Amino acid sequence: MTAYEPVIGLEVHAQMRSRTKLFCGCPTDYGAPPNEHTCPVCLALPGALPVPNAKAIELAVQAGLALECDVASHSVFARKNYFYPDLPKGYQISQFELPLNGKGHLDIEVDGETKRIGITRIHVEEDAAKNIHGAGSSAVTVVDFNRGGTPLVEIVSDPDLRSAEEAEAYLRKLRDLLMFIGVNDGNLEEGSFRCDANVSIRPVGQEEFGTRAELKNINSFRFVKKAIEHEIARQEGVLQNGGTVVQETRTWSEGQGKTISMRSKEEAHDYRYFPDPDLPPVAVTEERIEELRASLPELPAAKRLRWQKDLGLTEYDAGVLSGHPEVAKYFEEATRLFVEQSGKKGQDAGKKVGNFVQAEVLRHVTTNGLEALFPVAPSAIAELLACVEDGTINGKIAKKVFASMVETGTTPKAIIDAQGLAQVTDTGAIEEEVRRILEASPSQVAQYKEGKTNVIGYFVGQVMKATKGAANPKAVNEILRRLLDEQ
Amino acid sequence: MSEFPWQSSFEIREQVVGGAASAVDVTRAYLARAEALNPKLSCFLTIDYEGALAAAAQVDRARDAGEDLGPLAGVPIAVKDNLCTRGVRTTCASQILGDYIPPYDAHVVEALRAAGAVILGKTNLDEFAMGSSNENSSFANVHNPWALDRAPGGSSGGSACAAAAGLAPLALGSDTGGSVRQPAAFCGITAIKPTYGRVSRYGLVAFASSLDQIGPMARSVREASQLLQVVAGHDRRDATSADRKTGDYVGACDRGVQGLRVGVVRDLLDGLQDADVRAGAEAALSALEKQGATLVDVSLPHAKHAVSVYYLIATAEASSNLARFDGMRYGLRVPGEDLAETYTKTRAQGFGPEVRRRIMLGTYALSAGYYDAFYLKAQRVRTLIRRDYDTAFESCDLVCTPTTPTPAFALGEKTSNPLEMYLADIFTLPPSLAGLAAISTPCGLSAAGLPIGIQLVAPPFEEEVLCSAGQVIEDGCGLLESRPSAID
Repeated sequence: MTAYEPVIGLEVHAQMRSRTKLFCGCPTDYGAPPNEHTCPVCLALPGALPVPNAKAIELAVQAGLALECDVASHSVFARKNYFYPDLPKGYQISQFELPLNGKGHLDIEVDGETKRIGITRIHVEEDAAKNIHGAGSSAVTVVDFNRGGTPLVEIVSDPDLRSAEEAEAYLRKLRDLLMFIGVNDGNLEEGSFRCDANVSIRPVGQEEFGTRAELKNINSFRFVKKAIEHEIARQEGVLQNGGTVVQETRTWSEGQGKTISMRSKEEAHDYRYFPDPDLPPVAVTEERIEELRASLPELPAAKRLRWQKDLGLTEYDAGVLSGHPEVAKYFEEATRLFVEQSGKKGQDAGKKVGNFVQAEVLRHVTTNGLEALFPVAPSAIAELLACVEDGTINGKIAKKVFASMVETGTTPKAIIDAQGLAQVTDTGAIEEEVRRILEASPSQVAQYKEGKTNVIGYFVGQVMKATKGAANPKAVNEILRRLLDEQ
Repeated sequence: MSEFPWQSSFEIREQVVGGAASAVDVTRAYLARAEALNPKLSCFLTIDYEGALAAAAQVDRARDAGEDLGPLAGVPIAVKDNLCTRGVRTTCASQILGDYIPPYDAHVVEALRAAGAVILGKTNLDEFAMGSSNENSSFANVHNPWALDRAPGGSSGGSACAAAAGLAPLALGSDTGGSVRQPAAFCGITAIKPTYGRVSRYGLVAFASSLDQIGPMARSVREASQLLQVVAGHDRRDATSADRKTGDYVGACDRGVQGLRVGVVRDLLDGLQDADVRAGAEAALSALEKQGATLVDVSLPHAKHAVSVYYLIATAEASSNLARFDGMRYGLRVPGEDLAETYTKTRAQGFGPEVRRRIMLGTYALSAGYYDAFYLKAQRVRTLIRRDYDTAFESCDLVCTPTTPTPAFALGEKTSNPLEMYLADIFTLPPSLAGLAAISTPCGLSAAGLPIGIQLVAPPFEEEVLCSAGQVIEDGCGLLESRPSAID
């Protein structure tokens, strides 16, 4: 039986986080009542004209820079002509021959190996409106134009992916990156990050590509993997039964768990692309491109390397803490404040904050798109860990204090005071207690004198018991050794 | 002071501002004239009695309150029905927009209102501005006020007719390949096609976006210049609107042409079949020379391709621009069994034959496999035409040609042969393709008593020189004192 190799290329449509639409001033907010965010331009009333949103174009440049693309200083908006009720002008304003961003790449990790996936191009276009079929009780279709005209980047990958796993890894990596640079909110549920996949297979060793099918409507990471796996299996089945794969557009049906043919190549539209005469070419100066490059936030991969080097994190911990831009920001802020308050230096400080955030804080964090809700402020974590550092409390008590902070919203110091959780560091009080215990334990003292120094553990236990765990263990140890040596 | 209805916009404003007449009285008089003559001329598709009287009343109130009055205070104006007017039906003379009422004003309409102008109504045109005789209006044929059996020209035939027949001193039209200049020539008035980008297209229902410009029309050069002054200027709502300072167009009318170099395309002039048109052109050139201009020979070697280039580019853009008329959100809808049939029925019934012809032609020119040979090649030749002018303007300040190869032809004369109709625009197309400024102004009457127009073409954003030279021609051989013979 012939062994086949899948060849996959992905087209991702990501909504850009600009406050207003690509060619008019209407807000892009999700969830408004239908057709609230519309105007003559995005409803394509007669005589209305598009005016490009400079902010959206800059966001698209930043997406290009983050993916190491060649950014064009001169690009052209083109019309993609076809009729559909969600497309009020009868054409979509997109880019065709001269896109904003040319070749780039994204490195992904699969099974511990890094693989470079080429980016063919990233262009800017407007989103379509939303057809709602069978609204209410009737068989009519209505259209909500709120989404129509929302700025998108379409990110087209080279056909470099060779498995559904790689496709999923690419998408996750791409989403993280776009979220980190603030271009996209990564919200698959609200449709702000959508994916089409071009899938073909070829006998292993064959150079030329097989005939591809385009999979539409795969809008979750889970669906992507399932849809591509199913499509690969389907094509293998076709070829092994002596058939040929036809070029067509297929859609993933989650209900039926398979891909279904939508239209064949013959039925494909002729989009009649041509430069949009309403819009002058998009000009971005080299100078502006460099400014935008400089204003890019640190990308997750760079962050992880820096954290491993400077903040003592393991690769795994760095990965977890850079999984969401807000978590990364939280960790860095808590670390910075902790260093300020405790005087601890980089490696040690980073490790301590990292461990605590991962072990305690993350359990309480909820994210929604680019937003993240934290149980307490990073300054509170810094304050709490500084209390451990200066000996006010120990690590075990810190967890108790954190639980109270989450519950009550008060500061660590207030909780420590109110609940009397501070360790006794008053050496006078500890010394008094130690003398009493030594006097009451002559045989153990004798053992110590004979050289059985590990009996010291017994004394520590007695002191902690007597102070109900509040004595600073370090101070107890010091005093014990001094007094025992004096005996 | 001229008598009603032949007063100039300047005279009307002066009367209104000085209190000699109220804006409401002036408006009533023009509305009454429109009502009386429109059945004969069909130049208005909509007469907005209520809106016009309300605007006039507001001018009177402002005057009574001692407020500053705008440059067109109380001046009646006719507006082409492809310019959006809030609350007033805007049809483009098409069945597909037969009952369409825009919720917003075009930029130029806003500018008119701000200047105190009184919009009398909306004028007839070839459907979606596609045509050269106004016979493509789906509502009614406009008649030439100089000879009712003659075409008024197109596509701004309604605006040209209204101004020529004294139904309004001023009118706004739009020009894609000659649509203000050619009807101005046929009706014996002046029209300016501003440089592409000089006037905002916001609210002008698009025919061919890279060519469309809104243009002023009036019986005199000075009035057309004044109207240009009001509507010109940068507008952020049109991305192709030029951020350039506007000139002093009225002031330019008094500058004369001393030392001006006028380019003459000799082979074109010598090739003219129509003796009246040739005589008109010679009269205009000698009027310019008499006032101190010098004539220089220039050539436009690629201008002969203008008709082919224009009918590829303009139709390609139109095929896309008119896609929004799909029966989904506004305008005519003819329901079918399914979505595709609804589109087909709506557009087949909603658009007239010329519009359908151009949509098909443009769709073809953009189709896969034909794009390079048609659309792209046309764009390349368009660049060559522009370069012809660049070269010509190295040795002259403006280029002079007739506006049209013949005076107004008869209604029905060319309707059966679209190609022959397209050739009526042979002189107005090259400057449109090059995005240049142009003016057409009368330079005499034919033996049959029909107006002849002369066209002057200036480099980008040099409208002032058109006003200066236009005024000299008007003074030398214009028709300001002649009245169209077929009315009153």
